[in-house]
Amino acid sequence: MNTAVAELEAHDHHGPEKGFRRWLFATNHKDIGTMYLLFSLTMLFVGGTMAMIIRSELLAPGLQFVNPDFFNQMTTMHALVMIFGAVMPAFVGLANWMVPLMIGAPDMALPRMNNLSFWILPFAFMLLLSTLFMSGGAPAGGWTMYPPLVLQTGDAFPFLIFSVHLMGLSSIMGAINIIVTIVNMRAPDMSLLKMPMFVWSWLITAYLLIAVMPVLAGAVTMLLTDQFFGTSFFLAAGGGDPVMYQHIFWFFGHPEVYIMILPAFGVVSEIIPTFARKPLFGHDSMVYAISAIAFLSFIVWAHHMFTVGMPLSGQLFFMFATMLIAVPTGVKIFNWTATMWRGSMTFETPMLFAVAFLFLFTIGGFSGVMVAIVPADIQYHDSYFVVAHFHYVLVPGALFGILGAVYYWLPKWTGRMYNEKLGQIHFWLTAIFVNVTFFPMHFLGLAGMPRRIPDYATQFTDWNFVASIGAFGFGLSQFIFVYIVISCMRGRGEPATAEVWDNPKGLEWTVPSPAPFHTFEVPPKIPAAPAPGFS
Amino acid sequence: MIRRLSLCLTGLLVATGTRADWAVNMPRGITELSAETYGLHMMVFWWCVGIAVVVFGAMLYTMVMHRKSRGVTPAKFSHSMTAEVTWTIIPVIILLIMAVPSAETLIRIEDSRDPAHTVVVTGYQWKWHYTYQGEDVSFYSTLARASSEARHKGANIDPATVENYLLDVDRPLVVPRGAKIRVLLTSNDVIHSWWVPELSIKKDAIPGFMNEIWFQAEETGLFRGQCAELCGMDHAYMPIVVEVVEPEAFETWIDSQREPAEPAVGRTAP
Repeated sequence: MNTAVAELEAHDHHGPEKGFRRWLFATNHKDIGTMYLLFSLTMLFVGGTMAMIIRSELLAPGLQFVNPDFFNQMTTMHALVMIFGAVMPAFVGLANWMVPLMIGAPDMALPRMNNLSFWILPFAFMLLLSTLFMSGGAPAGGWTMYPPLVLQTGDAFPFLIFSVHLMGLSSIMGAINIIVTIVNMRAPDMSLLKMPMFVWSWLITAYLLIAVMPVLAGAVTMLLTDQFFGTSFFLAAGGGDPVMYQHIFWFFGHPEVYIMILPAFGVVSEIIPTFARKPLFGHDSMVYAISAIAFLSFIVWAHHMFTVGMPLSGQLFFMFATMLIAVPTGVKIFNWTATMWRGSMTFETPMLFAVAFLFLFTIGGFSGVMVAIVPADIQYHDSYFVVAHFHYVLVPGALFGILGAVYYWLPKWTGRMYNEKLGQIHFWLTAIFVNVTFFPMHFLGLAGMPRRIPDYATQFTDWNFVASIGAFGFGLSQFIFVYIVISCMRGRGEPATAEVWDNPKGLEWTVPSPAPFHTFEVPPKIPAAPAPGFS
Repeated sequence: MIRRLSLCLTGLLVATGTRADWAVNMPRGITELSAETYGLHMMVFWWCVGIAVVVFGAMLYTMVMHRKSRGVTPAKFSHSMTAEVTWTIIPVIILLIMAVPSAETLIRIEDSRDPAHTVVVTGYQWKWHYTYQGEDVSFYSTLARASSEARHKGANIDPATVENYLLDVDRPLVVPRGAKIRVLLTSNDVIHSWWVPELSIKKDAIPGFMNEIWFQAEETGLFRGQCAELCGMDHAYMPIVVEVVEPEAFETWIDSQREPAEPAVGRTAP
């Protein structure tokens, strides 16, 4: 008995527990980060499978594989799974792994809450995915859950609402943890403005999450009471207002867009200086730019609703405010370019993803300016042009940020170098197919194809065919990524050095690879003179 | 299923050879405002292309020239106030250049005064209902039969053989050329959206709300669109067809559509 206790304590202090207890009761930021990332990878494939079903049906006109209702379930679930299951948990996983390592903290500030915020997610998604097997099927009213349509959902409806509540809870707890960690647990001498950009981007993202997740929870709760308790928040027949839902939803939804991209900005700001061998250009103005974007994200929500019938003054305000976002976003793009300028660049896989991010996210930014122009947006709205736009900012934007981050830090996590050749093949296939998939969607939208349709008029045949082929290629290419990650996790490949790359800046490179279970039990010393990575 | 898919693929290859369907741009449309909208779209597009040439050019240049393999030693600079102020101000100016004409067009779009005719459009799952205000003419407009037969899974009808597949209706909305038509939109069930690209019109039909848009078609012909807001299972199957005819033809048409007047007997004088 005594020996057992002694042994337990020994484990507590010297390493992870054995077996499932290590994961189920995990309080270590690295273990929880790993679980978040693996969960996210799983969801990427679940949501990806749905995308493949969508693109298979759209390969040719006519209905070949699915019924319209199932198609709508797929578009709805694809979005929910990708947003709340793939992109957001991936960034929280990266934050878990890297924020303590980058600020010299021994762990996250609230490790038990960290455990809870992760373990909520599998249950939330079990609830959500179980709706696929319910009578009436999964939610099919779009991920935006607009009433009155969403109220026509069958048995899945309360499960949808409850799973969104759970995802929100998880996100809020994750965000609180990140803020508390960053604010309280930085190494001595690491002032806020000395923090690495990834940490900065997450600090601001976490505030966005805390600000808007409760708004989403409120909106879906009102849906719930409209459905089951006789309220009429959004039902015109009872004196309610269906448009009010859209205002509330997008007050959440627009900052949500930045929640999914700001951490990717942070990742790119880490990767480019390392491979350009040159400090990040304009560190402070990058911080101000992120802050400006975060602020503006709260006052542009109605640009998702230019066709609902707003007063002219409202449309003008939201048009101008939306266009303004291009300014700080532009500053970031220019600063990254200036970081590369006169550097000494090499193009390993993380850098390739970062550079592709720069080019392709900018294309998403251009179409972003276009959709801000209200008269033109009247044409773009709810067409495939919008589908192209947001996939350009979410796939080569957020997803490339995540993939770049994984390649960048995988050697630190696993202690093994990934296979560079395979990584480059993965990159090129991904980068080519992402364009084959999404670029033609601009054309389809301009030519008049609405989004969320399972079948289309025959003049849209050609580009849909191209987009589908691209999507299949894109989907298949991701198996290379899985192979690479699993190889490293199983200890194959060259052992990685502590620095991994050529003299990278940042505290995470001062600990061995793989990072030991406990790091920075004694706070590290930050060089007195601002080191390039921190200034 | 495989057979049907291969049928479609064959049809597709044939179609590629015979029809120029690789459309890449927005239609210019048939109203003054649709042409203006197209102009704005192209203006912003060309600005984006210009900026892309400069920014991507700089990125490509540095990626080619400043490589380690060329033996470059990295520079040390990490900020420049002048550069950052410049690339903050220039975008602001470009945005202003875009914003002013956009606002002007938007103001014209919102000016729906003095219409010649008013049509009330009501969205239903999944069809449209049109009422000519003050004309005693109203009817439903649903997906044309040929499309309806071909659209089901296992229908074994190649969509390429159906004329205007999914974009044809039994009864189009008929309007006169050159007259300002006001469209009032509402819905009977869920939110729909009435979109005709050639008219540069898209507006949501929302239950409990009456939305307003207008257009003035300058050309005759048939112009096709679709519901743009996800409205349930058959969202893809409620197209819109607007037939623009000469004013005289419109008068004849609307007279022929009026419901026969009820017998005057027993009615009180208005």
